[in-house]
Amino acid sequence: MLITDLFEETYLAISANKTRSGLTILGIVIGIGSVIAMISIGQGATGSIETSIQSMGSNLITVSPGFQRSFSQVSAGRGSAQTLTMEDSETIAKEVPFVQAVAPELSRRYQIVAKGKNTNTQVVGTTASYPGVKNIEIDQGSFVSEQNVSSQSKVAVLGPTTRDDLFGEGTVPIGETVRINGINFKVIGVTKSKGGTAFGSQDDMIFIPITTAQRFLAGSDHVSTISVQAESPQVMTQVQTEITNLLLELHNITDPQMADFSVLSQQDILGAASSMTNTMTILLAAIAGISLIVGGIGIMNMMMTAVIERTREIGLRKAIGAKRLDISLQFLAEAVMLTFLGGVLGIILGSGIAYGITFFAGMATKISLFSIILAFSVSAGIGILFGYWPAQKAAKLNPIEALRYE
Amino acid sequence: MIEVKNITKVYKSGDIETRVLKGISFSIKEGEFVAIIGPSGSGKSTLMHILGCLDTPTSGQYFFEGKDVSRLSDDELADIRKKEIGFVFQAFNLLPRATVLRNVVLPLAYANIPKGEREEIAKRALLSAGLDEKTFYRLSNQLSGGEMQRVAIARALVNNPTIVLADEPTGNLDSKTGEVVLETFKNLNKQGRTVILITHEKYIAEKAERTISLKDGEIIEDIINHRSKMVQQIKE
Repeated sequence: MLITDLFEETYLAISANKTRSGLTILGIVIGIGSVIAMISIGQGATGSIETSIQSMGSNLITVSPGFQRSFSQVSAGRGSAQTLTMEDSETIAKEVPFVQAVAPELSRRYQIVAKGKNTNTQVVGTTASYPGVKNIEIDQGSFVSEQNVSSQSKVAVLGPTTRDDLFGEGTVPIGETVRINGINFKVIGVTKSKGGTAFGSQDDMIFIPITTAQRFLAGSDHVSTISVQAESPQVMTQVQTEITNLLLELHNITDPQMADFSVLSQQDILGAASSMTNTMTILLAAIAGISLIVGGIGIMNMMMTAVIERTREIGLRKAIGAKRLDISLQFLAEAVMLTFLGGVLGIILGSGIAYGITFFAGMATKISLFSIILAFSVSAGIGILFGYWPAQKAAKLNPIEALRYE
Repeated sequence: MIEVKNITKVYKSGDIETRVLKGISFSIKEGEFVAIIGPSGSGKSTLMHILGCLDTPTSGQYFFEGKDVSRLSDDELADIRKKEIGFVFQAFNLLPRATVLRNVVLPLAYANIPKGEREEIAKRALLSAGLDEKTFYRLSNQLSGGEMQRVAIARALVNNPTIVLADEPTGNLDSKTGEVVLETFKNLNKQGRTVILITHEKYIAEKAERTISLKDGEIIEDIINHRSKMVQQIKE
């Protein structure tokens, strides 16, 4: 039998029992649909986390302080140490090759007061290179300049959210005064909104010169993080290693295990975040997969019934020369066709659900080619898997007994 | 063309052995019209299944055009059925919900005849089975019994088989339609085709040139029907 004959036979058999075929297909439609929808939710989450990490800056390497080690071996926890200094930051900028820009920062939360309104937000002391490193753009006025840093000026740049909280939405607060920790700062600019990220909003911040933060707010000359921008993604690992070696040397540490700082690239953070969302995606897809198996059993059930109903027909086909393979292919093709149709409709349904979730719940979803290919091959696979047994049963029928079947 | 030598068929169910055929030998030449007659339980259906390569004998040999087919596998037998044998059943066994034409095209599909040639061949077979073109595109379950059986005959003929095997072809038909169907077989035989007819009714068997009578799994009589021979001779 030719392939086209097989298709014709399959089409006739499926269309002869439209209601039953339709209900059987529905099981697969729901199974494939939920797998597609679940994967799209998972990948949407991964995607939005990735964009938010990328929006923090490109080719970014973050140096943070490590444990505060004392002689008693009591650890105060990672990030608690005040081991990084302005000198570290300047040396990195000077000595490590392929570094585009370095932005040290000293951040702490303070209560901010302006015109009788007040809020509590993150105050970031930093340098002029910060906007370039962190992908921040200026909306109004200007950012902290080199000169502000060297002269320890009391100037502040507001994030849009902070501006809204203190002065009201859409206002231009340039020249106004804000009080941070009892000290007056003059507002010189407002940054552009970047939207919230999974790691805190970069819109709800106040930027001031790092030297000012060290002298008037923190009272010490340490920095809380150093953000380093590499020239290209290719040199990231090299830059990461060079920074580690340089800081070990500067801090007089011989054993890298005892380092009092950590150097993390964006990829490291991205890796951790995506491994988390991947686990979630797999979990969701696995739950949806169970419904797919149930749908597959529905297909098998229908095929078993079809084999019994068409016993005489199988007997006749054998009598006029059909071989075992002809018969088993016919039933297998029918099962695969059913699951395939279910797969196509399921992809449409799943995409619809994903679209609906984005539209009504505002959650990011992403339908990837991968999940569509996966759905197709899984549905075809289920057709073969659950169609095989009924097809074999049909092929092995004894023609004489089949012809006599009542 | 067909030669069976001492074939037996034993069915086992549990410890009980049933000997359905007890050593049957005969041969059929090309162009013969043979009726195999016997009461139910005589083994005539089993014999037909073996002759039609649907089954193999327990012992003995069956030569089909000089080739021993008594020990072939399922798929090898299917090949012989496809090319050499046309079946006509008592219950017609047409595919319901399929058109007349499609029913007749089916054996051609299994024989891998190119798609473009199939309809032409099928239509010729239908015409020679005595159906007119009006019926070709009707669904097979909308036909009368006589028409159905003629569709089944057309299906049996469509692959141009060496022999046509008919198992009680008139069993489900009234006597008048039965006559027409029998006449169709006679015409086929006149065109030079070998026809083997299985029946339990004597008057049907007498239409054939030769009658092999079975009883309890053995041949009790193998005669040439002079009446039909004489009729033929007169015609000639």
